[in-house]
Amino acid sequence: MNDLGAGTIYTETVVYSPPEAYVNDVPYQLAIVELMSGRRVTGRVAGERAHIGDRVLFAEFRNNVPFFKKQS
Amino acid sequence: MRAVAVVGIGKTAFGAFPDRDLRSLAVEAGQKALENGRAKASQVEAFYLGNFAGPSFVGQNHLAPYISSAIGINGVPSTRFEAACASSGSAFFHAASAVAAGLYDVVLVGGVEKMTSQPTPKVTEILAGAGDLCGEVRAGATFPALFAMIARRHMYQYGTTREQMASVAVKNHQNGAKNPLAHMRKVITMEQALAGKPIAEPLTVYDCSLISDGAAAVLIVPLERAAEFTDKPVRVLGVAQTSDNVALDEKDDITTFRAVKTSAEKAYKMAGVQASDIQFAEVHDCFTIAEIIAIEDLGFVPKGQGGPFSLAGGTCLHGERPVNASGGLKSKGHPVGATGVGQICDVVEQIRGQAGERQVKRNTLGLAQNLGGSGATSVITILGAA
Repeated sequence: MNDLGAGTIYTETVVYSPPEAYVNDVPYQLAIVELMSGRRVTGRVAGERAHIGDRVLFAEFRNNVPFFKKQS
Repeated sequence: MRAVAVVGIGKTAFGAFPDRDLRSLAVEAGQKALENGRAKASQVEAFYLGNFAGPSFVGQNHLAPYISSAIGINGVPSTRFEAACASSGSAFFHAASAVAAGLYDVVLVGGVEKMTSQPTPKVTEILAGAGDLCGEVRAGATFPALFAMIARRHMYQYGTTREQMASVAVKNHQNGAKNPLAHMRKVITMEQALAGKPIAEPLTVYDCSLISDGAAAVLIVPLERAAEFTDKPVRVLGVAQTSDNVALDEKDDITTFRAVKTSAEKAYKMAGVQASDIQFAEVHDCFTIAEIIAIEDLGFVPKGQGGPFSLAGGTCLHGERPVNASGGLKSKGHPVGATGVGQICDVVEQIRGQAGERQVKRNTLGLAQNLGGSGATSVITILGAA
């Protein structure tokens, strides 16, 4: 899907107890982002902490995981 | 369709048992259920087993005949059901449906999980297999993280608070402390619950259910034959299973579990009762927020009122509507494949008046709610005095 771009945080969490594959990433912020298309996608938030309702922008894929950044 | 009755129940203790293997737990529960229902293994016409991840946790496949043969059940259908944390609820639904349809008379339903032989990050990863591996899980979602995101949204939409969630943990530990088979028999305070180690914000370790070993089993027969097995039969008044999307990001509204609502509607209709008639319930408190949402989805309270009702004591042992008198998954423990049938055992004990210190006063109509994943499977069972 090519609808990755701007979106809004629908919900989020910061994970402290990781699955085995991500033991070196903690703590990390996980979020469901509602895109302009209306589709929701689960990804990570890099950098500044984002909260429900905050606008975010798609930044990049890392290992097929979409990373977003809070829009300033 | 024939009326179905539970005539025997059997539970192991739930906990961390390094010296017990998966099969020995399941066999203990199965034998206890047969003994409780005064039945011989040779009378059993089918064995239904709920197990989520035996192959991942302990490496053993082909679990149903592996267990049933050790109980002495041979030459009959013996099948494993997997529906994440609703595995044994699902096994029970299919078993009760088969007895109702007249396929068999005497059926043993078991549930088992052996989780504690793996370190926590590995357990977390195996449990995450009940989510969408190509989406949310790849992004780093664990089950605590998924329910944390559900909690955040519930707090945002309905004003649910950390204190309201913590009150669920405090209450379930109060009940579990009275349960000799519970995993964590200790009372906790509100202060402790709020100050717990963070797992996935806003959830602390006290918002999360336990990683446990354990097994449970029930013996079911047509109601018309129940007297052959017990003088305390409990009738299965309604049982329903429904499904929904696996991935959390595919659900329109994550503050409710659509499958819980649809399965509850079906079960209420089958039983000819309304939500307000249910006197007590065992609900799937894999996380504190899940109990709050459960009592909303089951229609015990209006949407958004689950938190305030819990904090006000409405779900306490001697409250308006006791929920998780057993201690729930939070204190009793959550060996995932055993949980659904374990809840049914707990409701049956209450209806029989055998719950000891945990006995609820109004005990003739109870409900068990078993949830799989973040709501992709739901099984509701309504039980009543026969």
